[in-house]
Amino acid sequence: MSERILMKGNEALAEGAVRAGCRFFAGYPITPQNEIPEYMSWRLPETGGTFLQAESEVSAINMLFGAAAVGRRVMTSSSSPGISLKQEGISYCASAELPIFYANIVRGGPGLGNIAPSQGDYFQSTRGGGHGDYRVFVMAPKSVDEMANFPRICYDIAFKYRIPAMVLADGILGQMMEPVTFDFDPVEADSLSIPDWALRGSKPEERRVVKSFDLRPGKMEEWNYRLEKKYDEIKAEEVRYEAINTDGADLILTGYGTSARICETAMAQGRKEGLKIGYIRPITLWPFPTRIFRDLAGKIGKFLVVEMSLGQYVEDVQLSINGRSEIYLHKRPAGGIPTGEEVLEVAKKVLSGDKSKFYV
Amino acid sequence: MKIVFEQTKGLTDIPMRYCPGCGHGVVHRLVAECYEELGVQENTIGVAPVGCSVFADEYLNIDMIQGAHGRGPAIATGIKRNLPDKLAFSYQGDGDLASIGAAETLHAAARSENITIIFINNAIYGMTGGQMAPTTLLGMRSTTSPAGRTVAANGYPIRVCELLAALDGPVYLERTTVDKPAGVVKTRKAIKRAFQYQLEGRGFTLVEILSQCPTDWGMTPLQSLERVRNEMTPYFPLGIYKEPEDDKKARPKKDAVKKES
Repeated sequence: MSERILMKGNEALAEGAVRAGCRFFAGYPITPQNEIPEYMSWRLPETGGTFLQAESEVSAINMLFGAAAVGRRVMTSSSSPGISLKQEGISYCASAELPIFYANIVRGGPGLGNIAPSQGDYFQSTRGGGHGDYRVFVMAPKSVDEMANFPRICYDIAFKYRIPAMVLADGILGQMMEPVTFDFDPVEADSLSIPDWALRGSKPEERRVVKSFDLRPGKMEEWNYRLEKKYDEIKAEEVRYEAINTDGADLILTGYGTSARICETAMAQGRKEGLKIGYIRPITLWPFPTRIFRDLAGKIGKFLVVEMSLGQYVEDVQLSINGRSEIYLHKRPAGGIPTGEEVLEVAKKVLSGDKSKFYV
Repeated sequence: MKIVFEQTKGLTDIPMRYCPGCGHGVVHRLVAECYEELGVQENTIGVAPVGCSVFADEYLNIDMIQGAHGRGPAIATGIKRNLPDKLAFSYQGDGDLASIGAAETLHAAARSENITIIFINNAIYGMTGGQMAPTTLLGMRSTTSPAGRTVAANGYPIRVCELLAALDGPVYLERTTVDKPAGVVKTRKAIKRAFQYQLEGRGFTLVEILSQCPTDWGMTPLQSLERVRNEMTPYFPLGIYKEPEDDKKARPKKDAVKKES
């Protein structure tokens, strides 16, 4: 446990990773995540770790591929276009079952877009992102405190299941300052046991190989089923979400990350005014908290989805509710940030029977 | 009975599936003999590329990792920075190293990353069936330059050793061939020297080996050896392009860099 300190989101995330045992970081500059590599450039050497500014995002993720293969706790970070460039390497890590941790501090897109906060990379994050059948563990913090504490959970999951794990945040969460309390004791990186799969040099009869392919007939199909088994276990064991005031609600507000924070504000104001508004917020975007939506579907008439993108998150809500409640969508892409009042106004309209935001 | 020759324990017993006449098998054996002779086989980690030698992990009897196309130097960097006492090398072909992975090669060299690159230059994409490579010679036919490579359409082949020699980072750069026994012996010496420099912590080392690809060149093995001698070596002169100053002074003059006429 530690004292309460004021930190910027990106720096809290970097410090959280270091305290969770990260000892290798490779990255490339891109706004709005530059504070992460800048912080790591002086912080990691203090701990005996290594910071490397790579020549590109592609190189950075492949440096991680090598560093993760020797069993280190590694990290990279970027923002949307940079994460696109890293996807091939992330796919390799997923297939070779290497635990890596990375963060996407999302900016507006598509293309070079802008440097404003956005949630436009939901599909990219939750559907794997690169080529092939794979998933990554995705956590969506809503505060700087969570930015500080989620890296530790990501490392635990990444090493337990040998998969890539990521934090999906945005420019607001990366840039704003808030009080932070690290809720775990710093991990002594040198005392972590070296995984038996890690490459360390070995006797010929015990040699290890890290690879992401098998060209023999039928073998890659088996490989995929092996990965799927792991994904099924994660779906059963590792879902995290927050659900407030759902009992007897007339309307559920739902969003993740920054949007969740805005939904909370709208809910609080609405309940002050006597409206029966509840709120669900996925903490893990993959695995998605399908069950909580499924359990409330049909019992609660209306769900209002709020997202800073053009209808990505809403698709997972729709798949979970499966036509048993009405879904409404309030969307603001590429730098559009809804306010609490704005969301409450939409919620009131939806409650009064207005269909202008009807999604399905 | 006195043993005068033994197969290296640096290789596995798996039969290699390279085409008859290909240079990869010879170079694999040389790499294996070198880490075995230096006594570091159990402390060596190799990076296999994408290309014909994607299967190198099956043949080299050490801890191996197979990575994305062209990224060997970045992967070896990630390994070496975390395990500085191990020998880390990346084995790459010309498409892998000089085309898609040109940036990784250049920057690992510029950082003087303490790794070794074994670079097989056979002027063709072998695994994918004979497409034009960054080192394909002018006039040379490939499946994507069927009438022969032209300057107008494709520009010039890249000379990797010369390019890297312009940087301050590299410690040792040498170009050799495996077209005849003398070349094989020289290649072996070069690989061993590169590994030794790495073990001494000197910095970036690369050995470029001109090799033949009879299958994708559409030649017999003997014809392909002739091409290495008569067409490749004039454009890619053999010799040492960079070495530590102290070793340069100690070396006999005949090994000096041959300049293209």
